[in-house]
Amino acid sequence: MARIQTNQTQGAVTRYEEAFAQFERDHSAPAWLQAKRREAIATFSRLGFPTVRDEEWKYTDITPAANLVATPIFQFELNGAAAKVRTQLPFQALEGHRLAFVNGHFAPDLSHVGTLPEGVEVRPLSEALAAGSERVQQAFGRSVNGEETFVALNTAFAQDGAFIFVPADVELAEAVHLLFLTTGDSATVSHPRNLILLGQNAKLTVVESYSASTDGVYLTNAVTEIESGAGAHLEHIKAQLESPKAFHISTTQVGAARDSQLRSSSLNLGGRIVRNNPIAVMQGENAEVTLDGLVLTDNEQLIDNHTTMDHAEPHCASHELYAHVLNDKSVGVFNGKIFVRLDAQKTDAKQSNRTILLSGDATINAKPQLEILADDVRCTHGATIGQLDENAQFYLQARGIPAREARSILIRAFAGEVLASITLDAVRDEMEERISNKLQ
Amino acid sequence: MSTETQTIEALASQEYKAGFVTDIESETLPRGLSEDIVRTISAKKGEPEWLLEWRLKAYRHWLTLEEPHWLNAHYPELDYQDIIYYSAPKPKAKLASMDEVDPKLVETFNKLGIPLEEQKLLANVAVDVVFDSVSVTTTFKVKLAELGIVFCSFSEAVREHPDLIKKYLGTVVPYTDNYFAALNSAVFSDGSFVFIPKGVKCPMELSTYFRINTQDSGQFERTLIVCEDDAKVSYLEGCTAPKFDTNQLHAAVVELVALERADIKYSTVQNWYPGDKDGKGGIYNFVTKRGACRGESSKISWTQVETGSAITWKYPGVILQGDNSIGEFYSVAVTNNAQLADTGTKMIHIGKNTRSTIVSKGISAGHGQNSYRGLVKVLKGADNARNFSQCDSLLIGDRCGAHTFPYIEVRNPSAKVEHEASTSKVGEDQIFYCNQRGITTEDAVSMIVNGFCKEVFRELPMEFAVEAQKLLSISLEGSVG
Amino acid sequence: MDFSAPLCVCLKHKIMLLEIKNLHANIDGKEILRGINLTINPGEVHAIMGPNGSGKSTLAAVLAGRDGYEVTEGEVLFDGKELLELAPEERAAEGLFLAFQYPVEIPGVNTQVFLRAAVNGIRKYHGQPEMDALSFLKLIKAKTKLVNLDESFLKRSVNENFSGGEKKKAEIFQMALLEPKVAILDETDSGLDIDALKVVSGGVNALKTPENATVVITHYQRLLDYIVPDFVHILYKGQIVRSGGKELALELEENGYDPITAQFSEA
Repeated sequence: MARIQTNQTQGAVTRYEEAFAQFERDHSAPAWLQAKRREAIATFSRLGFPTVRDEEWKYTDITPAANLVATPIFQFELNGAAAKVRTQLPFQALEGHRLAFVNGHFAPDLSHVGTLPEGVEVRPLSEALAAGSERVQQAFGRSVNGEETFVALNTAFAQDGAFIFVPADVELAEAVHLLFLTTGDSATVSHPRNLILLGQNAKLTVVESYSASTDGVYLTNAVTEIESGAGAHLEHIKAQLESPKAFHISTTQVGAARDSQLRSSSLNLGGRIVRNNPIAVMQGENAEVTLDGLVLTDNEQLIDNHTTMDHAEPHCASHELYAHVLNDKSVGVFNGKIFVRLDAQKTDAKQSNRTILLSGDATINAKPQLEILADDVRCTHGATIGQLDENAQFYLQARGIPAREARSILIRAFAGEVLASITLDAVRDEMEERISNKLQ
Repeated sequence: MSTETQTIEALASQEYKAGFVTDIESETLPRGLSEDIVRTISAKKGEPEWLLEWRLKAYRHWLTLEEPHWLNAHYPELDYQDIIYYSAPKPKAKLASMDEVDPKLVETFNKLGIPLEEQKLLANVAVDVVFDSVSVTTTFKVKLAELGIVFCSFSEAVREHPDLIKKYLGTVVPYTDNYFAALNSAVFSDGSFVFIPKGVKCPMELSTYFRINTQDSGQFERTLIVCEDDAKVSYLEGCTAPKFDTNQLHAAVVELVALERADIKYSTVQNWYPGDKDGKGGIYNFVTKRGACRGESSKISWTQVETGSAITWKYPGVILQGDNSIGEFYSVAVTNNAQLADTGTKMIHIGKNTRSTIVSKGISAGHGQNSYRGLVKVLKGADNARNFSQCDSLLIGDRCGAHTFPYIEVRNPSAKVEHEASTSKVGEDQIFYCNQRGITTEDAVSMIVNGFCKEVFRELPMEFAVEAQKLLSISLEGSVG
Repeated sequence: MDFSAPLCVCLKHKIMLLEIKNLHANIDGKEILRGINLTINPGEVHAIMGPNGSGKSTLAAVLAGRDGYEVTEGEVLFDGKELLELAPEERAAEGLFLAFQYPVEIPGVNTQVFLRAAVNGIRKYHGQPEMDALSFLKLIKAKTKLVNLDESFLKRSVNENFSGGEKKKAEIFQMALLEPKVAILDETDSGLDIDALKVVSGGVNALKTPENATVVITHYQRLLDYIVPDFVHILYKGQIVRSGGKELALELEENGYDPITAQFSEA
């Protein structure tokens, strides 16, 4: 079918190209990285920004985010502002290591890395790059799909983010919190890039949070690459708490090796237009992956989650639960792909997508999608859209709980199913509180 | 190779049983499409000016469109100038009764198991037969006429009931709807028309049999069914084609209109020639089917068993306009060898308290690829809309695929939409268990597949259900390996 | 090392029901059965015991004709016919019944439809007319009583969502319905509580006639308290290493498999 090429975002593409020229001129990089960046900007120029004519963007018009005119920040230091923003950081009760990034750049004043077991690396990507880390050079961009516009854009401009390496048979007992904060009143764009590598039987818990100390307009375009060794365990939480006017686009790419167990929860409360692409590829037998998600929206928020469970090898299990609570004129989009490749026999894939619409103006667009090429598999997906259970609501009211309170209890219970699997009390408690506040 | 596999391979090579060609004299227009061809078709049918104009508008619109090519169904671009748009059996003289139908035609339909002679008809089935492009005969017409029911070929309806045709044609599927609907609107040659007047419950099943006989001819039939207030009808459609190693295009349009409390049940058993084992030949079945529940508490139910065609694209939908209206879709789609089926439904909830049910059963064997593509859309005003969808896939063998693409768009908080999907396979252990109890492999597969499909089969009228089960066995026998 | 033959000499001139001679079978090139000899006469109950992995279930599968096993040597005569030449359904029709260790679930297929297909499949094999629906219904209702099965199971899909006990009872019920000449019960006792075990073995005993035979494959002696065998064979590493009367099972109960396995591991 002929595609009518719209020029709506052509100006934005040109702006990014110009910014790239400036970026390259002012900020040197190792040759391998420079080559990758050039390749990425070329890919980005070729692809341009997607439109609603693209099947993958059918329900999400990303034009406003693409067209955001923002000053690129290629260098940033907090200086004296650290004290001021310190109180605004999420998950302060979370103990463990913390790498903080403000406007895309490492903020040592807000960071804290404790004693690490031998061989473990938890440090800013910029530092690892500066140190000429071979590991980074090998793994950077290895698993993500470079042919996706926003991934390409991120690769072209990525300067910082976290680099975590946990060697074989090492368990990092304390969680690592990767904190991304946007400040300032002018529109900015940041391209956080995280690289997480787990050795054989390594174990890690990592929390990514995205928030702001401003209620302005800005764009976060994040990419997180996670690779695991055989038998590795990972708990990953991504809390998206951006400002109500922010645009947030992210790709989380998870590679699950043989016998590994990876769980990633994506919690979305913030942002004006949000698009997340959690992608898990099961690359070895007997891997088990969970991708959960929670979306709680109001006003005119649009939150779009496109998940991909790619069963490339036999005997793997995947679980997926996405819960949406949509209020006001907000829109939820859920597209859950499950691929079962030709040889992926004995696959066990379960997906469930549940939605509650709280307002007559809210919309959910859901597309659970199964593509199965192996014959000995068990795949189920279910989608339900509805209201709160009237019987339960009545039951609570009949026990003397006011209607409003009853409703809130039931919504929290609905959302709670996703939170329940999070083992970090500090994160779960704070998310519960944030959800309650948002529902007020 | 195990003995089981051998049986299966032997059975899989079973021939398409409806693949004979009838040697009958036809009147055929030259290949190709132009305004002249459209005018000629219209003139041959003695159509009124407004209908010619409508065809021409459709043709001109079609010229502006591009042939759709979707991800999961690859086919070469069709050469629309190489298709014969009109081919009709040459009548010996005007037919006064059934006895005068060309004996070769009668033989053809007997071979297909559709008896034309009334005494041989299954009880209470009135049959309209479309051979290549032209409706050959309609049985039971007199009996139906007594009730005010019109059941005739589309051409006849244009002549005898022009007001009804003018009022409803293109109101559910406008010629602008899609590429193949536009093409059909320009060149459709015949089809069936059903009109059930107010308060009448049609006392028998109405049935049309479609057959493509001429090589390289396309079949572009058009079916329109209108049920007035409190009327009810059950309509059956069957399709076959002879074996040719070139691909033939079937681009039909079916429009259903249900007024207040009307009830239309539309059942299809589609067995167009699927092509040979290597995917050579076969029908491209690109069909637009849609019903409009215009009246309050009206109901439209689609049931389809799709075993044939090289490629099938078909999404019978229901527009639920009237409050409390009901839409249903029950489907079994089988793909074997190199067949592709991309089918599903669209349920558009507009009125209040509208309900829809979707049950889709996809069976893939050989290298068959089966996709379910469905849309459930609940518009803002559709308070208390309800949908339940179930899409199950059954895989037989390890070279086939199942895909589901359910789109769900909900804009009303009081709506309740539930979607379930599952994929399973016919397991060797299941077959062995049946064997151990004295049941042959073929019977075991047939039993398991029928069990898988029973929710759909029970929606079919009895005679059709039996035929559907047989067809399914023929399509699948021995595909387990 | 053939210990079974002397015990199974036919004194009368009746036809042996099942005669296994030097049976060797492989799975994926690995030899599991390494020369089995066994003769079973009408009216007999044989128990085949052995530790895990000795080839018990393989023997049952090979006899029933399951795919994936390669017979490399030997022959099996069933009521005088070459059993190994027959398709699984032909073996069933000839009167060989296997009660599965794990009865297979067949979703969507109604149990009654399944049973009727089985009965009529076997009747067709013997050139008999199909049984009409009414007679069939009477027949199955009569048989359900034998194993104390609730008739409602006939309306459910084959083995789907049956409890372990129900599945095993349903197997014995099918055995009652198909009236086999030789029934092989593969670990029918596994996973059953005592009550269910009593019901199942009661059913098996009730079906015993002077014309048919039963082969009980089990790991545990427990079942043999309820189904008393005439002969007990011990299978180890694909061969019958010892045969004896029911006292052999008691001996196993007392000492376990170790003394036997120790003896033959060295051999």
